[in-house]
Amino acid sequence: MRNVYGWLLLTPAAILLIGFTHYPAVATLFDSFFSTGTVVRPSRFVGLANYALLADDPIFWQVLRNNLAFAAGTIPTSIALALLMAIWVNDKLPARALVRMSYFTPTILPMVAVANLWLFFYTPQIGLIDKVAAVFGVPSHNWLGDPDTVMACLAVMTVWKEAGFFMIFYLAALQSLSPELEEAAKIEGASRWYYFRRVTFPLLMPTTLFVLVNATINSFKLVDHLFILTKGGPDNASNLLLYYIYQVAFSFFETSYASTLTVVLLAMLAAMAIVQFQLIEKRVHYR
Amino acid sequence: MRVLDRRLPLLETAAAWLLAVLWIAPLAYAFWAAFHSAAMATHFDLFGTLTLDNFRKAWTYAPFPRHFLNTIILVTMVLAAQLVLCTLAGFAFARFDFAGRNVAFGLVLVQLMVMPEVLIVENYLTMAKLGLVDTILGIGLPYMASAFGIFLMRQTFKTIPRELEDAARVEGCSMMGVLWRVYVPLARPTYLAYALVSVSYHWNNFLWPLVITNSVNTRPLTVGLAIFGAPESGVDWAVISAGTLMAVSPLLVAFLLFQRQFMQSFMQAGIK
Amino acid sequence: MRSILAIATAALIGLAQAAWADTEITFYYPIAVGGPLTKVIDGYAAEFEKANPGVKVKPIYAGNYDDARIKALAALKAGQPAQISVLFSIDIYELIEQDVIIPWDDVATSAADKAWIKSFYPALMMNGTYKGKAYGIPFQRSTIVMYWNKDAFKEAGLDPEKAPANWTEMTQMAQKLVKKDASGNVSRWGVMVPSTGYAYWMFQAFARQNGQDLMNRDGNKTNYAHPDVIAALQYWRDLGAKHKVMPEGTVEWGTLRQAFTEGKTAMMWHTTGNLTAVKGSAKFPFGVAMLPASKQRGSPTGGGNFYLFKKTTPEERKAALAFVQFMTAPERAADWSMATGYVGISPAAYDTPKLKAYAAEFPPAVVARDQFQYATPELSTFQTGRVRKLLDDAIQASLTGQKQPADALKAAQTEADKLLKSYR
Repeated sequence: MRNVYGWLLLTPAAILLIGFTHYPAVATLFDSFFSTGTVVRPSRFVGLANYALLADDPIFWQVLRNNLAFAAGTIPTSIALALLMAIWVNDKLPARALVRMSYFTPTILPMVAVANLWLFFYTPQIGLIDKVAAVFGVPSHNWLGDPDTVMACLAVMTVWKEAGFFMIFYLAALQSLSPELEEAAKIEGASRWYYFRRVTFPLLMPTTLFVLVNATINSFKLVDHLFILTKGGPDNASNLLLYYIYQVAFSFFETSYASTLTVVLLAMLAAMAIVQFQLIEKRVHYR
Repeated sequence: MRVLDRRLPLLETAAAWLLAVLWIAPLAYAFWAAFHSAAMATHFDLFGTLTLDNFRKAWTYAPFPRHFLNTIILVTMVLAAQLVLCTLAGFAFARFDFAGRNVAFGLVLVQLMVMPEVLIVENYLTMAKLGLVDTILGIGLPYMASAFGIFLMRQTFKTIPRELEDAARVEGCSMMGVLWRVYVPLARPTYLAYALVSVSYHWNNFLWPLVITNSVNTRPLTVGLAIFGAPESGVDWAVISAGTLMAVSPLLVAFLLFQRQFMQSFMQAGIK
Repeated sequence: MRSILAIATAALIGLAQAAWADTEITFYYPIAVGGPLTKVIDGYAAEFEKANPGVKVKPIYAGNYDDARIKALAALKAGQPAQISVLFSIDIYELIEQDVIIPWDDVATSAADKAWIKSFYPALMMNGTYKGKAYGIPFQRSTIVMYWNKDAFKEAGLDPEKAPANWTEMTQMAQKLVKKDASGNVSRWGVMVPSTGYAYWMFQAFARQNGQDLMNRDGNKTNYAHPDVIAALQYWRDLGAKHKVMPEGTVEWGTLRQAFTEGKTAMMWHTTGNLTAVKGSAKFPFGVAMLPASKQRGSPTGGGNFYLFKKTTPEERKAALAFVQFMTAPERAADWSMATGYVGISPAAYDTPKLKAYAAEFPPAVVARDQFQYATPELSTFQTGRVRKLLDDAIQASLTGQKQPADALKAAQTEADKLLKSYR
């Protein structure tokens, strides 16, 4: 009886979850084996042809590289900054509440708003960054239009937005640490750095892991700014996988190729999920 | 070797402040620019005359009131549905031992990784079949069963002592009664925390609403903001700032007023 | 002839005031030039409704051209049809392939109707015609023109009333116009041509000036790798890399207008759609000229056409025809052109007293029209999204120095061939 009841309670949520997560995931896989249907040429089974196209598509490889580079650029930086911010805000800092608010505010803004603002910071000559640079005699630079700098610029903006968010989790964790540990360390005469390295950081491992997973998912999911800033350019230098999927599906109307790309994205997310669960099993210190 | 001291050394304090200034600078600059004319925005005349012109212009360029309304309807609808669905599901996972429970829970957790916006192509087709393209319900439906919400409620419900439930049962409460009288009230802090997280998330959501909405009547603020900021003839920085600030102000003001609650919510959510 | 046409159109609209059985026309339109133009469109719709009881017009502002196309097609797929839409003039092949539009010739059957279709500038009909039939009726059309800062010219010792007439002059004049500050950094560039947003469109101008079109009229072959086309891209690249009159890397479409009005560049190539906005915000006297020539002058047309969707009832089609005729009538076209900076779409529009007076006091308003004789249709083929992106990427790769123009264009041509082969 409780059996049935349990399932009954679960049903409404289950319908929606299956409808918008599990079913589409499977359908995407399925679609990737067919060609896109147009009115004139109906869809037909093509096996792995779409995947062959994928392997041959230089934009796909570029986009994949960009995503990995972007992840590598933003994740460690934002985590490190978040940890630093949390430590500072946790201690007796004058004007602590203001500082904490400063760090966290960017998180509240939608990414498109952030992008709208940063578009003008990065504008050559008349934008804020170039104006400040001019004060120091640094020449104006085409930040978003130069393939060498565009990813870095987007990364800076993303870290600005995300670090505060992760800070909160570290703050929570830090506040849950027992003060006795600190007292004990003080008595033993440990330096701050030693204490941090040997005690705090390992104890923060669960949080770090959580933040890491979150940040990784975000780095694949967050493409809002591309709509405003670069649309993937110049020449796909800033294009990311989810944005490319959007372009292929809604600009080129090639839904089955878009499905193929989505399968790759799903595979990467799945891989990360597996890694996360493994890590949680093995390395985390719970108190 | 230095003794551990709670007060930060001067250098670090300065560094923390510098970072805070850097961090708030972009927003402050946008704020300043929105109240000054476009020409001043680029010449940085710090104490130039204030003007509300930009806000007036931005107000006419895009139907912000409508977008506000759409967004409010959206987040309210989604939150309401989430509270109900996640409570039911969380309760099921926490207190019922049914066949396949662990598998089901695992499947739920999949959504933590695979969000609806990753599957835009298929979800769009589903919505088209359901006739929900360009409706606010269409924006919210995929999110109403939130894996995160289910997870939170399950954790919270698990911490509630069984004795309370038993006591209620003794008094003749049905299952639903127990849920409503015992579990829900005790989980109130979690609900509050979750509500803040959910509202923030959906207020700022962009990609899926972009794909599923076609017209002004359904577009939320984020989509309106993006369209507003990207006409072919180019953009006027001061007006963009004004429009952007208008769009983010409700959430920003709410945040500034309820800072502690916001941060507590996110912290609570994180711990679980 | 033109006044007869005007009378005919008026008569048509008069005839159209027959009672309709409650018909509703929905249409998506993009605002490609920012501003409170939704109100102008809504105004026109209201005017039409008043004159035609029984027809309701519902304009839906869809964003930019990409948005409008995506939204209109998505709505069609989802079974919420629009009857007409203003879409990118170059979406025509896509729409035909998806079999969603019908030519206006099918509904414009009377003699007056046929005359109406012929009343527009031929340059503007090029993109809308396929196999001899008119699928797109011009509405918000633009072309690229050169804006120049007269004060900057005077400062550099150039005649402020004379814009460069050819590539050589442009390079030379631009070199004189570059201004550097004390530390040797450029504070004003000579000329800027945007390469984000619609890079391929700008490039069409260069190519045309060098005598080449980038695609054929059947929409199934591109011409990216012709030596003259490569030379055109090389010239664009050289402006930045060799002559240093333009910033290197890509130039942002959205912020260029403000850069010009802030005096950061003495000349800019941009859409006429910016005219009203520049007029409003420039604090210096400026001129508008035709783009400079190489082997000849040239500029692509751009903008949006009215398309008629297939899934429409005969009643709806009649109403749609009447509405579009109303929207493109000389009076309306003149009004629209003045409000936006888009070109007047028919000679009759320029003959209206309103536009004549406007042009007399503000000559730049007719430069675009005068350039029509050198116009080329905007890049449009089957698989247009992908084919255009190939060119955009090649242009950006060249301008940022990642690839040589020849290599980039040849690679783009190969890819485009692969895509278009099956349409030949």
